[in-house]
Amino acid sequence: MNLIKLRKWWYILSLVIIIPGTLSLLLWGLKPSIDFTGGTQLEFSGTKDKAKLEQVAKAQKVENFVVTVSQDGLILRTKTVDEAKQKSLKTAVEKDVSGAKQTRVDTVGASISQEITRNSILLVFAASAVIICFIAFSFRKVPKPANSVEFGLVAVTALLHDALVVLGIFSLLGHFFGVEVDPLFITAILTVIGFSVHDTIVIFDRIRENLIKGSYDSFEDTVSVSVYEMLPRTINTSFLVWIILLVLLIFGGSSIRYFVLALVIGVLSGSYSSILNASPLLVTWQELKAKRKRA
Amino acid sequence: MKSKRRNWIRVSILVIFLLLALGVDWPGGVHFSLPKPKFATQKSFPFVNVKKDGTLFKFDNNLDIKEGLDLQGGSHLVYTVDMSKIASGERSSALASLQKVIENRINAFGVSEPVVYTGKNGNEYRVTVELAGVKDTDSAMNIIGKTAKLAFKESNADGSSFTETDLGGAELKSSSVAFDQTTGAPYISIVFNAEGSKKFEEITGRNVGKPLAIYLDETLVSAPNVNAQISGGNAQITGKFTLQEAKNLSIQLNAGRLPVPIKLAEQRTVEATLGQESIRLSIVAGILGVIVVSLFMIFYYRLLGVFSTLGLALYLVFTLALFKIFGITLTMGGIAGLILSIGMSMETDVLVFERIREEMRNGRNFDHAYNLGFNRAWSSIRDSNIVSLIICALLLYAGGSIRGFAIVLALGIIVGLITTFLGTRALIELIARHKFVSNNWLFNVEGEDQTGKPSKTRFSLSKMFTRRNK
Repeated sequence: MNLIKLRKWWYILSLVIIIPGTLSLLLWGLKPSIDFTGGTQLEFSGTKDKAKLEQVAKAQKVENFVVTVSQDGLILRTKTVDEAKQKSLKTAVEKDVSGAKQTRVDTVGASISQEITRNSILLVFAASAVIICFIAFSFRKVPKPANSVEFGLVAVTALLHDALVVLGIFSLLGHFFGVEVDPLFITAILTVIGFSVHDTIVIFDRIRENLIKGSYDSFEDTVSVSVYEMLPRTINTSFLVWIILLVLLIFGGSSIRYFVLALVIGVLSGSYSSILNASPLLVTWQELKAKRKRA
Repeated sequence: MKSKRRNWIRVSILVIFLLLALGVDWPGGVHFSLPKPKFATQKSFPFVNVKKDGTLFKFDNNLDIKEGLDLQGGSHLVYTVDMSKIASGERSSALASLQKVIENRINAFGVSEPVVYTGKNGNEYRVTVELAGVKDTDSAMNIIGKTAKLAFKESNADGSSFTETDLGGAELKSSSVAFDQTTGAPYISIVFNAEGSKKFEEITGRNVGKPLAIYLDETLVSAPNVNAQISGGNAQITGKFTLQEAKNLSIQLNAGRLPVPIKLAEQRTVEATLGQESIRLSIVAGILGVIVVSLFMIFYYRLLGVFSTLGLALYLVFTLALFKIFGITLTMGGIAGLILSIGMSMETDVLVFERIREEMRNGRNFDHAYNLGFNRAWSSIRDSNIVSLIICALLLYAGGSIRGFAIVLALGIIVGLITTFLGTRALIELIARHKFVSNNWLFNVEGEDQTGKPSKTRFSLSKMFTRRNK
């Protein structure tokens, strides 16, 4: 089995996953949680029965709410609900949750400022630029015709691939299953990006070493051998991280389920892209360069 | 055997650090006591002073791992906003800048990861502040509520009253706490921006020999006499401050004045947003994960896996100690950073071990192979970790919970590198020259033994992939 020879198929598989996700991102975007949008906050006194309130709210078709237990009652935060719904919710809660009395209804603003969201997006691009520069510097000794800037650009392509996979899948999940993205999701995306670059660089390092040694005939062979040499390591580390994540996913409780899911998808995608996208892309790039020279 | 002695020094340093870290990790500190009755009459021993209660050695720490709002809950403070002086068209922007100033103040005060949001009910505006834990609430409240309007006023012609100048907190560039050289009293040193410097120069110029009053929230703080025109934009606010007051004031001035006055309306405690059950399960899951990872490493890398597990234990002890020392607020985001850094530190091990096995497969004996393994794996470990640290450094600017995540991840990466390259390596070196390591089975290396005997390997997850293609 030659993984690099099959590269066309790996690209296609990536596109099959990324295109629907990206379309969904463009069409529907992500479903932001109340931390980003603000909404309605209802306060109830006379009860601390969180589970019961959650049950009633669900029965009233209030979606994606957060209930906090406070010193003197419960606070329910949810997306903006209209007055009719507020009234029916109030009646239902006061009837079904024993002792509950609604004390306040507020329209509340976002707790995560747009600045933080915007900063995170800008920082991903800033990080990409810095990564390209660093790799271009660190890989400057790769022999011609390969060029260290290519390594940097390809590593960042893999990074964006992984971010897009997770964002796309969550956009689809949001549209079809009402899954929201909360502040933890931003952390998950950043984690995935960190993991992805880490993974890619380790393989690129081996390619660099083998290129400098120069014991293989072609660029493609060198990349191919390097990927094979690094396979046990890539599989083992990803496997280790998956173990921890899977255990968290199964036992970790519902409030962090989507957070862990984002990490599981991202780590999977990170290993996939570093072996089956980034390394083959280096080969494709060299081929294109050679073709253009000949033409 | 110079290198052997060096390694013993390395191991000793490691043990000392391990003991220190354990002392920090242990809840409430460590006390070594002798049983009281026997020694109670004797006051001291030749080398050790025994205290009356028999305590030999006492290392107290009141360090705790701080948990964020999502993990432990905290205080929920509601402020009403007095919008009476704000035109109705400007109220929402005033509210937004109010939120930002409050966030800045709390962050500068060091209570990490507060949640601040605004609320509206008809014509009533509110700001809700949630702070993790309840320990620092009172002091945090002191910082949040004050308007911190800074004003410089010059004396009137008759010298009996002051009139406001056009210089105020808006022209401030930064402020910090400094100490008087002779009395040691704290004062606040302020630096004006370009515009402020110019104004300050003008004002001091026309007030030489006269007092210049500094007002904070319309209260006179001090009114020093101007001796000469001051250029350069530096000024001092002296007054009867305690150190804490000076610090708070400096934070407030740096974050800017509140655009609208606010008043505390409600204060209550809230429970963790993530349910206790969920947190408990996550911790159990984390421990379970670490155990499974260790078992896998031992199963796959055998002897090296044992060392890696020891390294992982060291890693956890050190990280926990650093969390306490740096007072890091642990949130779910931080835990994610921790998990990622465990993954990355295991990756360092895997990279080194794979390299060692590779060198052994090429016929080198263990003593030689493990040195090569550590040295040759270094370039990839260096590059990938530098990139991760660069990302962390950039993320510090994002603010909010992302900052906490970045700090945890960066600490984890650095500790991971140190434990692998000092800790694990020193431990491996202890056994590297023993005879028993010539058995390749111990390292899950296929092919001939270092002694020439064939070595059987039953399990190799990635054997099917590793056959080299021609």
